[in-house]
Amino acid sequence: MSDLANQFLFLPERASTFAERVDFLHYFVVGTTMVMSAGVGLAALFMFFRYRRREAHQHTEYVVPDLKTEFLFVSVPLVFFLAWFAIGFRDFTWFTTPPKDSMDVYVMGKQWMWKFSYPEGPNGVNVLHVPANRPVRLLITSRDVIHSFFVPSFRIKMDALPGRYTQAWFEATKPGTYQVLCTEYCGLSHSKMLAEVVVLSPEDYESWLKEQQRGRLQDRQDALADTSLVPSVARMAEQGQKLVGTQGCLKCHSVDGSRHIGPTFLGLFEREEKLDDGQTIRVDEAYITQSMMDPGAHIVAGYQNVMPTYQGKLQGPESAAIVEYIKTLRTANVRETASEGPAYDPIQ
Amino acid sequence: MTPSSSIAAPGAVPGHEAHDDHGHHPSYLTDGTTVKSWLLTVDHKRIGIMYMAWILLFFLVGGIFALLIRIELLTPGPTIMDAMTYNRVFTLHGVVMIFLFMIPAIPGIFGNFMLPLMLGAKDVAFPRLNLLSLYVYLAGAAFAIWGMLNGGLDTGWTFYTPYSAHTTTTVAPVLFGAFIIGFSSILTGMNFIVTTHTMRAPGITWFKMPLMVWALYATSCIQVLATPVIGLLLLLVTAENLFSLGMFDVARGGDPVLFQHLFWFYSHPAVYIMVLPAFGVMSEIVSAFSRKNIFGYRAVAYSSVGIAFVGFFAWGHHMFVSGQSTFNAGVFGVLSMLVGVFTAIKVFNWVGTVYKGAVEFTTPFAYFCGFLFFTVFGGMTGIAVATVSLDVPWHDTYFVVAHFHFIMVGATIMAFLAALHYWFPKMFGKMYHEGWGLVSAALIILGFNATFIPQFLLGNAGMPRRYYEYPERFQALNVASTAGASLLAFGFVIIAIYLTYALIYGKRVDNPWNSKGYEWLTMSPPPTHNFIGPQPTYPEEPHFYVDPKKAEGEVSDV
Repeated sequence: MSDLANQFLFLPERASTFAERVDFLHYFVVGTTMVMSAGVGLAALFMFFRYRRREAHQHTEYVVPDLKTEFLFVSVPLVFFLAWFAIGFRDFTWFTTPPKDSMDVYVMGKQWMWKFSYPEGPNGVNVLHVPANRPVRLLITSRDVIHSFFVPSFRIKMDALPGRYTQAWFEATKPGTYQVLCTEYCGLSHSKMLAEVVVLSPEDYESWLKEQQRGRLQDRQDALADTSLVPSVARMAEQGQKLVGTQGCLKCHSVDGSRHIGPTFLGLFEREEKLDDGQTIRVDEAYITQSMMDPGAHIVAGYQNVMPTYQGKLQGPESAAIVEYIKTLRTANVRETASEGPAYDPIQ
Repeated sequence: MTPSSSIAAPGAVPGHEAHDDHGHHPSYLTDGTTVKSWLLTVDHKRIGIMYMAWILLFFLVGGIFALLIRIELLTPGPTIMDAMTYNRVFTLHGVVMIFLFMIPAIPGIFGNFMLPLMLGAKDVAFPRLNLLSLYVYLAGAAFAIWGMLNGGLDTGWTFYTPYSAHTTTTVAPVLFGAFIIGFSSILTGMNFIVTTHTMRAPGITWFKMPLMVWALYATSCIQVLATPVIGLLLLLVTAENLFSLGMFDVARGGDPVLFQHLFWFYSHPAVYIMVLPAFGVMSEIVSAFSRKNIFGYRAVAYSSVGIAFVGFFAWGHHMFVSGQSTFNAGVFGVLSMLVGVFTAIKVFNWVGTVYKGAVEFTTPFAYFCGFLFFTVFGGMTGIAVATVSLDVPWHDTYFVVAHFHFIMVGATIMAFLAALHYWFPKMFGKMYHEGWGLVSAALIILGFNATFIPQFLLGNAGMPRRYYEYPERFQALNVASTAGASLLAFGFVIIAIYLTYALIYGKRVDNPWNSKGYEWLTMSPPPTHNFIGPQPTYPEEPHFYVDPKKAEGEVSDV
């Protein structure tokens, strides 16, 4: 029954405990609105017909409502509105009060990605893993401008504000993958700021967590085992490849030659680039590093000055690793074709 | 042309026999035909007509950008422009439509033209100030448009910080333009308030003012009280953008949400600056075309003032998910419900007005029907988004876009077009083709619904607003919405054609509706000083269609 209503109203799958509460009120409010609009409309139509004009200068009666009618006009809508408010406020209070035993995840929005970190676990970009049937509290903040964290299937949304933590919580009811969207306009790639929540069964979640922790442990042991002070170029490039993923470079730069928000990395090194001030520059280590730290200094012609600075966000060895990675992407034939649409594949 | 028969109203107006010599008294349109006589006029009617010319031009600009947005959204990926252009286009659409069209449209054109006529005054209280407000408006518009052409800004019309303080696009000229336009709004508001207080003709007491005057009066109060807040705020953001003051920058102890509070403190009441005059127009029209006194005149008048008052206490409902306290959300939620109640009073009384009336289904009345639907549905969805828990999923999605287009744009456009058709004969003394009027009204009402009903559903499905690209599952509804928008545009083109035709070749008329609104007591188009001969007196209340012979002591209660 409610599935039918959801289909009729185009509501997405209902996948959290909050969604169930919200949807109930939604039906009530939308139903009343429909009935009211139809009632007023039909009454009006009936009267337009019943009291149609018969002669040009027709006189009419002087009709005024008595106090009882006006009282009805005020009180009927007021009663409905207050009832909606009461139910809505009760649910909202429930939504703003996370249960004590909820699991914490830190969420940070930045142009244009979502970063998730677990106090005791791994970090991730754009994918949030959570167990089903367990309350999860999100502690949300932003690094730059205001974003808003929205999961339609959970019916939850909360703004991400720079310099402040806001919180939201949910309890997912069934395993699956659910889309996260940003609903506060945050600049050029606002509509590309997509992420997903992967809800796992509690057992799957535990094994996923173990896997992640093993990975971290492995990294640490590798680091200890590595006795050479200067890492080989190949290893730096490998590290750089990881970094362009985790730092979000690939949200704007492609590595396959296709045009995106920023220039492609493919064949970038040692290329002659035309700048927007008419000059030409040869892409070398210095230029790539400068572009990371002070992106507005030299803009390649045809691109917008939208890249955030990575000054202070990348350590020296990290920016070097990215340069090394870009060096490996040299090729003779670069495709300079138009972007092939969003890099993101919609969740079915 | 039978002016005397059409105005042979109960309680005939002294001085009204002077109407017989139209030929000897030039109308305001023909009294001086030089360019200078228009540009330097202090006649409220000519100022209204000049407002009309500019406002219609800006409406065209905003409308073209609306169509560009809808075309871009036909496909999930890029369609006709890149992301940066799209962001500038929707900002421009918002800024032009809100500041240059919606806010000044009805007060600037019909308020200026009708208010003195409805009060039996020769002009507004400060005619020169009135002319100044037009030029201040144009200066602000010039600034804003210059800024949009030279770089353009991509913040959206809400200019939220800290984005508007960081963006690399040129924010300052547009914000400064909006700041200047604010002064125009304040000047017009002040002028209307003083006019209403001091220029009412003998016989027009407060409760004998037409409801249009009540609505304009309430609107003016909001304009004078709220506009200074956004003026100061726009200056602060401009300064923040140019000199990095730190007002809204957390790193320096500022608060980004402070901007939202100040912004909505103006911009929520601004919604009522747009719809209250629309409510006023509709009161006139439902009365004129059902030939009935307004059912519950006082309730409708008081509810205008009530909306203006509670409109100031509802701004926080734009910030339920911005991290404001749960308590605040509750307070703003419940106060927002009151706006709904006041609007409901109006709706019920309008429908009640038809009861025992004599309805003539003309073009303005067709717009009244559309208006009724948009107001009820738009208003009810407004209550829905003010219901705190429901607003959580709906906030900043297309549901909100659809809601505010229904109530703010739908209702206002209906009233604007109704007013345009109802008062066209009054303003120009010519009549348009009724058949085309009804056809275009049907197209526009249909087109509007087809554009925005899919957007309600898009919001339900979770599509956020200001999206350049969207996941594929939203495409069908977006295509439907774009199809509706083209229907809507088509309707406007037809109106432009037959009204221009009517302006040149239209049949001469004086009062084609046999309306008893006060503004029809003078000839159409009115003479320069509104009335020929002594100032009229007003023995009857407005919206009075009762047979004077039977009127004695006859009041039927419901």
